[in-house]
Amino acid sequence: MSSSNKVFAAIGEFSTVKEIWHACEKVRDSEFTKWDAHTPFPVHGLEHAMGMGRSRLPFFVFAMGITGAAGAFALQSWISTTAYPIIIAAKPYFSWQAFIPVTFEVMVLFSAGSAVLGMLFLNRLPRWWNPLLESETFKQVTNNKFIISIEASDPKFDPDETQEFLRSLGASKVELVEE
Amino acid sequence: MDMRVSRDPVDRRPLLVNPPTDYNGVTEAVAAPIEWKTPMGWWIFFLVSAVFAAMYAGSTAYLIWEGTGIWGLNVPVAWGWAIVNFVFWVGIGHAGTLISAVLFLFRQKWRTSINRFSEAMTIFAVVCALSFPTIHVGRIWLLYWVFPVPNQMGAWPQFRSPLLWDVFAVSIYGTVSVLFWYTGLVPDLATMRDRVKSKVAKFAYGIFALGWTGSTRHWRHYETAYMLLAGLATPLVLSVHSVVSFDFAVSQLPGWHTTIFPPYFVAGAIFSGFGMVLTLMLVSRVIFKLEHIVTMHHLDNMAKVVLLTGMIVGYAYGMEFFIAWYGGNEYEMFAFINRAFGPYWWAYWSMVSCNVLIPQVLWFKTIRHNVAALFVLSIFVNIGMWFERYVIVITLSRDFLPSSWDMFYPTVWDWAALLGSFGLFFTLFSLFVRFLPMVAMAEVKSVMPESDPHHEPDETEAAKQPATATAGGAS
Repeated sequence: MSSSNKVFAAIGEFSTVKEIWHACEKVRDSEFTKWDAHTPFPVHGLEHAMGMGRSRLPFFVFAMGITGAAGAFALQSWISTTAYPIIIAAKPYFSWQAFIPVTFEVMVLFSAGSAVLGMLFLNRLPRWWNPLLESETFKQVTNNKFIISIEASDPKFDPDETQEFLRSLGASKVELVEE
Repeated sequence: MDMRVSRDPVDRRPLLVNPPTDYNGVTEAVAAPIEWKTPMGWWIFFLVSAVFAAMYAGSTAYLIWEGTGIWGLNVPVAWGWAIVNFVFWVGIGHAGTLISAVLFLFRQKWRTSINRFSEAMTIFAVVCALSFPTIHVGRIWLLYWVFPVPNQMGAWPQFRSPLLWDVFAVSIYGTVSVLFWYTGLVPDLATMRDRVKSKVAKFAYGIFALGWTGSTRHWRHYETAYMLLAGLATPLVLSVHSVVSFDFAVSQLPGWHTTIFPPYFVAGAIFSGFGMVLTLMLVSRVIFKLEHIVTMHHLDNMAKVVLLTGMIVGYAYGMEFFIAWYGGNEYEMFAFINRAFGPYWWAYWSMVSCNVLIPQVLWFKTIRHNVAALFVLSIFVNIGMWFERYVIVITLSRDFLPSSWDMFYPTVWDWAALLGSFGLFFTLFSLFVRFLPMVAMAEVKSVMPESDPHHEPDETEAAKQPATATAGGAS
């Protein structure tokens, strides 16, 4: 972390949920766009204070769940009527009632898998390296601190003014993180 | 211990989370067991468990070499202990999913102290459970026959069999449990990544933390995913033990072919799972000094669940008997009279005593708040629920034809598999408590009173917290 490096972001540290909540509302109402609030746990409603809507994940999961259920039902029907038709206990080849348990289980598998993978995709995770994680101040965010980061790639970013802005929001500690 | 009970911000109900002062206190308390120098007691427990797990591996190797004839199986009792153990272990798993998913949907915030622990138990129990049908097929190199994969014989699985449903149900249950558990672990692995000093540990936690930064943009999708997983795991857990019970109920055998099996098995699974959670939790919370996070309230709640599900199971035992008489089928009547008064009467009455009679002591608060008594009780529940499956599977020894009646005698290999599976379970468990945060730190922090954005520090806390200057705002 030599000083010749390029600045990645300015971060400001807060100690309570209430402080970061009100700070987020002010950043939201400013002209910054590339910024984020980091918290040790999900703060309920903070995404609204940041001006974000709901996650799109459920649509994706719903589509994958339907795909899994339809696929499992179609596979069982094809196997039992066409690929390998055998008579079991005098039941018809297309005894669809017996296919429901596996249809349901595969629906759950596809939905759960897509919920996790879709969440990682939307979050652009996993990520090998993040400049923020090199900062000793930032490391406290997974313990007990709340941090707002404003990225240097934001068009309104200026190293000094942005730090001053974070201080004006009530941040107890402000610093620049280098790439 | 109850000096500062946190309360629900809406109705002031106690949340059953007694925070150890602040966020940092939670992190320190949970991370401490991982950061201790490995205690001698851990090594002893781990090595003894590993020896038993090795015994399981060895006996399984001999089983694969020689065949299932090394077990005490005979023709009426074709399933033997392998399936007794399978149903026992898969049932144990259910409490973990119930605590993590069902209580999450019902917004039972007290679950945050125990969900990680019970989810881990679920996964290790499912590992043990899956191992039994796998080795019970005998020729395990043909196990791929149960999966719908194109093969040189042009043959496909038979989807009208509940045994095949079971393959899908239990393996998908295991997979979804791992996904759920791992998703919950990611923020806590990030906490460990940012704490540990050792380079190796930092790299390992760093890889599995996936680059988590606690970003609210991430939390938004994360919480949605977690909610969806809980919503999916809830019907899944009910379906899994229902499908396990179909293995019995869809057959045409007296004593098995009954419609009460799915709800009866699900209740029994929750009962046995809470028994095992209590067994593990009562010991761990003392050893790892987590009494302020896993409090008496938690133990009290779990004991109440044990009492309730124990009585549902007791109702099922009674109703089975009643329907056997009321249905008027003589084979069904014989099956039940044989269970209670035949050569396996001792197993039947052990089951009734451990599962129905002994848990009645939980009506008394003094018992629910007595750690030693709860521990003894939880052992009874574990034993009783193993005997329940024993009774169901083994009393087939008297079937339709008296000429084929015989007793089932376990061999040394049956014992090796049963005790060995406990070894496997405890080996995995000891690795978990040594290397992973056993309480969901991020979730415990999120239900602490100061985590509410509208929280006003009261006089007891005002001294600790800096005054907030930024009042008001457009919320």
